[in-house]
Amino acid sequence: MLLEVTDLHVFYGRIEAIKGISFGVGEGEITTLIGANGAGKTTTMRTISGVRTVTQGSVIFDGQDITKMAPHDRVKLGICQAPEGRGIFPGMTVRENLDMGTYVRGGDSAQKAADLAHVFHLFPRLEERISQLGGTLSGGEQQMLAIGRALMSRPRLLLLDEPSMGLAPMLIAQIFEIIKQINSEGISVLLVEQNATQALRVAHRGYVLETGYVVKDGSGHDLLEDPAVRAAYLGG
Amino acid sequence: MSTIGNAFAPVRDAFDSIGDAFHRMNQWQKYSFYAIVIIALYLAPFWTDIPVIGPIVDTPGTQFSTVLNDQVIIFVLVALGLNVVVGLAGLLDLGYVGFYAVGAYVTAILTSAHGNLPWLLSLPIAVVVSMLFGVILGAPTLRLRGDYLAIVTLGFGEIIRLTAKNMDWLGASRGISNIKKPPSIFGLKFGVIDPKPYYYLGLTLVLIVVFVLHRIEYSRVGRAWVAIREDEDAAELMGVHTFKFKLWAFTIGAAVGGLAGVHYAGKVGFINPDNFPLQLSILFLAAVVLGGSGNMYGAILGGVLVAYVPERLRNFADKRVFVFGVVLVLMMVFRPEGILPKRVGDEHKKRQRSSQNEEVAQ
Repeated sequence: MLLEVTDLHVFYGRIEAIKGISFGVGEGEITTLIGANGAGKTTTMRTISGVRTVTQGSVIFDGQDITKMAPHDRVKLGICQAPEGRGIFPGMTVRENLDMGTYVRGGDSAQKAADLAHVFHLFPRLEERISQLGGTLSGGEQQMLAIGRALMSRPRLLLLDEPSMGLAPMLIAQIFEIIKQINSEGISVLLVEQNATQALRVAHRGYVLETGYVVKDGSGHDLLEDPAVRAAYLGG
Repeated sequence: MSTIGNAFAPVRDAFDSIGDAFHRMNQWQKYSFYAIVIIALYLAPFWTDIPVIGPIVDTPGTQFSTVLNDQVIIFVLVALGLNVVVGLAGLLDLGYVGFYAVGAYVTAILTSAHGNLPWLLSLPIAVVVSMLFGVILGAPTLRLRGDYLAIVTLGFGEIIRLTAKNMDWLGASRGISNIKKPPSIFGLKFGVIDPKPYYYLGLTLVLIVVFVLHRIEYSRVGRAWVAIREDEDAAELMGVHTFKFKLWAFTIGAAVGGLAGVHYAGKVGFINPDNFPLQLSILFLAAVVLGGSGNMYGAILGGVLVAYVPERLRNFADKRVFVFGVVLVLMMVFRPEGILPKRVGDEHKKRQRSSQNEEVAQ
């Protein structure tokens, strides 16, 4: 396992949002957390990127305990999150946003240029918009920018929080294709999604979250076939 | 509203065409341009002797070079420092006068009240102490955001002033007098009557600060500040140690504020707590916001305007603060980003310009 989360508890004040969940992300795999609003998906994601503190439990990345590590140090280890919604820098151009992805790596402009070319290959739309301000992009383009920016950090584990949120159906299919492609290049992915069908189709492994608990887990394929999961999350 | 907002379009176009012309210049022409501007600034005390222009710029009731030093230089220095905190890192600081006071008081203590150091030696010490105060204020409070930070900094400014007012060691409300003057150099005598040497010194300090801040703004530190201003969470997720860089913004801002205080103390020779009221913090902030928060040259312009315009309007003494207030309100309604807005992607601007040029060509 590249990432191992054990018995995780997270509190918002006195309210326990995550009530002891355990899961893992295998090296080179796509793992998905699915569940309804308020199930604790985003909170779990934020504890892995480090912006939320853990009350109890442990997060192990590549054999190293990172439970109490600061977020910026986790980025250096290769954990990078594309935040939910519009977590881009609105007043920076597309180019400047992508440059921020290389912040922890610094140096080597040849490598940066190669990474930039790779991101533009995945998202040709971003190249067309290179000098436009992030805040003026459409929702789908902002999502692409957030993913592209995370890729610029050369992550080992890419955290994607609701990448399909608010997108047109055609764009959703496209985003999931790109996630598969990113994964095929050897980057492990943890995907948090409400769009369970699409997520389970691309995922090697899936966990179903309900009000702070993991209620079911299995391979993406098995969960897709599971009658209970179908009834609750996949519309029958 | 936008039609009135467009009243600024000629101003913006004028600045843009100056910018374009500047970009077309070669290295040698650029340096000559800088040199001419700098020489013109050093000659500013003599602008009043120029026919036609002289009477327009001259300030009634106060010697022009006194306004230049005591008002303009101080406000420009402070606006430069505050712009780092508010404009670049996006941290609302309502107690910036505190750092200005710390700088002035350290110089006063070291050169008069409790020491006999020369002014020049007190300068680096005062700057370092101001930075320490930046850390003292920042370390516990920079975990707060937005409104909460503003309230705490507001309190800081008042704490500094009230401490000075109530501590005998700091001269209490009598203040501290006989603060040493800067040393005479190049035949310039820092006396009581002629303000010009102070202006030359102050302008030199401004140029040094501009140079240093320009270097920082375009470094990794500057990029981190802008990322924090744009979206603090996203900056953290991109690996920016946000707390560390916010603290640096506070510390560097404090250093420049303290430097302004040192210059002020050296000129006036006497300070007391009433020189550092809350109102001054508000005016400092007004300078940054009016000129263009996040753009160093905007902050300088704002500092010049906030310092100079009230002096120029002194003939309307009773109404000038009112007029000034109205101008500020109108500015915020019609051009909230300030006169010279912050740089938004040079590349973006260039492309916009070139596409406009293409349209014109067709």
